[in-house]
Amino acid sequence: MLMLDKALKGSPRYWVWLLCLLCVIAAGFCFYLRQLDLGLGITGLSRDVSWGLYIAQFTFFVGVAASAVMVVLPYYLHSEKQFARITILGEFLAIAAVIMCILFIFVDLGQPARVLNIIFYPSPRSLMFWDMISLSGYLLLNAVIAFTTLRAEREASPAPEWIKILALISIPWAISIHTVTAFLYSGLAGRSFWLTAILAPRFLASAFSSGPALLILLCLVLGKVAGYRVADDAIRKLAIIMTYAMAINVFFVLVEAFTVFYAAIPEHTEHFKYLYLLGGGHNLAPWMWVSALCAIAALVILFTPAWRRALLPVACILVFVSLWLEKGLGLIVGGFVPSPLGLVTHYAPTLPEWGIVAGIWAVGAFLITVFYKIVLSVREELES
Amino acid sequence: MKITRKHFLRLSGLSLLAAGCKQAVRPATQPVSAAGNASQQPIHWGMVIDLGKCREKEGCKACIHACNAAHNVPQIADRAHEVKWLWTETFGTVFPSAQNNFAPQRDAAAMVPLLCNHCADPPCTRVCPTQATWKRDDGIVMMDWHRCIGCRYCVAACPYGSRSFNFEDPRPSIASINPDFPTRTKGVVEKCNFCEERLARGLKPACVDACPQHVFTFGDLADTDSEPRQLLRERFAVQREPELGTGPSVSYLV
Repeated sequence: MLMLDKALKGSPRYWVWLLCLLCVIAAGFCFYLRQLDLGLGITGLSRDVSWGLYIAQFTFFVGVAASAVMVVLPYYLHSEKQFARITILGEFLAIAAVIMCILFIFVDLGQPARVLNIIFYPSPRSLMFWDMISLSGYLLLNAVIAFTTLRAEREASPAPEWIKILALISIPWAISIHTVTAFLYSGLAGRSFWLTAILAPRFLASAFSSGPALLILLCLVLGKVAGYRVADDAIRKLAIIMTYAMAINVFFVLVEAFTVFYAAIPEHTEHFKYLYLLGGGHNLAPWMWVSALCAIAALVILFTPAWRRALLPVACILVFVSLWLEKGLGLIVGGFVPSPLGLVTHYAPTLPEWGIVAGIWAVGAFLITVFYKIVLSVREELES
Repeated sequence: MKITRKHFLRLSGLSLLAAGCKQAVRPATQPVSAAGNASQQPIHWGMVIDLGKCREKEGCKACIHACNAAHNVPQIADRAHEVKWLWTETFGTVFPSAQNNFAPQRDAAAMVPLLCNHCADPPCTRVCPTQATWKRDDGIVMMDWHRCIGCRYCVAACPYGSRSFNFEDPRPSIASINPDFPTRTKGVVEKCNFCEERLARGLKPACVDACPQHVFTFGDLADTDSEPRQLLRERFAVQREPELGTGPSVSYLV
């Protein structure tokens, strides 16, 4: 079923890469054991900033997972044939991203041994309950779809009809995972930074930009290291999706900024000021500006006909970095500073925190490598 | 003994049936006791804090010490990891909307005791994914420290900053452990429990008894003749961020 045998035959370069990733995972695991022993006090989190890098990274990767819909939708709903070679890559990326999300939530828990209490005492009033359901359902859907279509491909038979139904279900499901994740934040009366209906649309726009950016980069890497060619047409279409999603995301951010600053309610403006005011000793502000400048540079490249082809990888990196900083750090931390009592508490991730995050990234990269290796081996076999 | 598939299925079926029957029978037996309580009006514990009396004794921390001692609240030096059940902040911080730029500086700087508001519609219990925090019928918002998974969603949801997370093992930071109250472990959230353990013994909360100024008035808000209700009838009181719709059970006489 999983065709894992395909992942066991590879070049020395493949094995060295996997070994490197395993070392990072091991280091991250050691840091995690230390956190397990001493408590979350070894992170940069505090009474006032009680969620940080872990939850922000979780949020960012829910977006990456949801973005698989941007290849699934054209392929299954509009029968865009040029997406044939890329759709399964998107689905495997989603699987790896959801597993990373689950790990990010897990390492954030103060009492991880009790995690099953979420299932033993189901609480439908909590958005976290729905997030668990939507994420695990999405993981299952993508795993079944990806492995079944690949297996059918290996046997040179058409994929079963029911796969198409599952793929169609996975489209609204992908929207739901990121919507529910946005609702986690936007439903909190006391956190005015997140208390905005634009949060879910904004999450989706940034997801449909950062996810395709990562997928394009992965395809380009596959072309370089494994000679796997994805149709130029598919990359081009994906780039268009990424461009407009990014433009819409920037628009949503500006819409939010207008409402906040024109209405000028202190409770709302203070968070933005904390995040973007330079020179106030706010340690996140320079990074938020890096994010903003990356977004502008990416849009300039992507909308200039002469540059958008030649500089596509650069634009993808800019999009990814911009959204990683905005959503994978600022958006969550910004909601906590200033605190409801108006106190400013700085947050900076500590070394153990970065180590654990790097470890989870390495898990994601490891899974992607193995999945893509299986896909490429199956397709090489068919072609030879 | 060898269990065949048939045996196993039959056993599982019977167990399921038995469990189902138990669920069906339980509610049928319950209305009897519930009907007994219904004749009485439900209690709604609440508190009125007289800031005028509190200001008279500046720097007094009797209530805080009493609370900390009663509940094994750890004293952690690192501000980032603090655990607080009852603490003080300046009036200007607590009631930012009750400010004008022309009042004497002294008023904004006066200290205000803060604690869990035991809201009528608590955002923290709404978001908890394990029902480790819930509202009792008498209005007290409770915490189960054995069920809490430490996700800190409730900390994010509380608009009053009333919840603390144990970033480290709290036990080494408790000067002298009160054996009558549980200590907590690292990785769980905690907060003021309105001294439910004392209420169960017919006592008033520890802060109420410890205050030399009688700043705190505690009682049943559902009872129109109770002490807090009398105070609220006679004097002007404010609550913390009532516009959020949480319905705090703690009011402040300014």
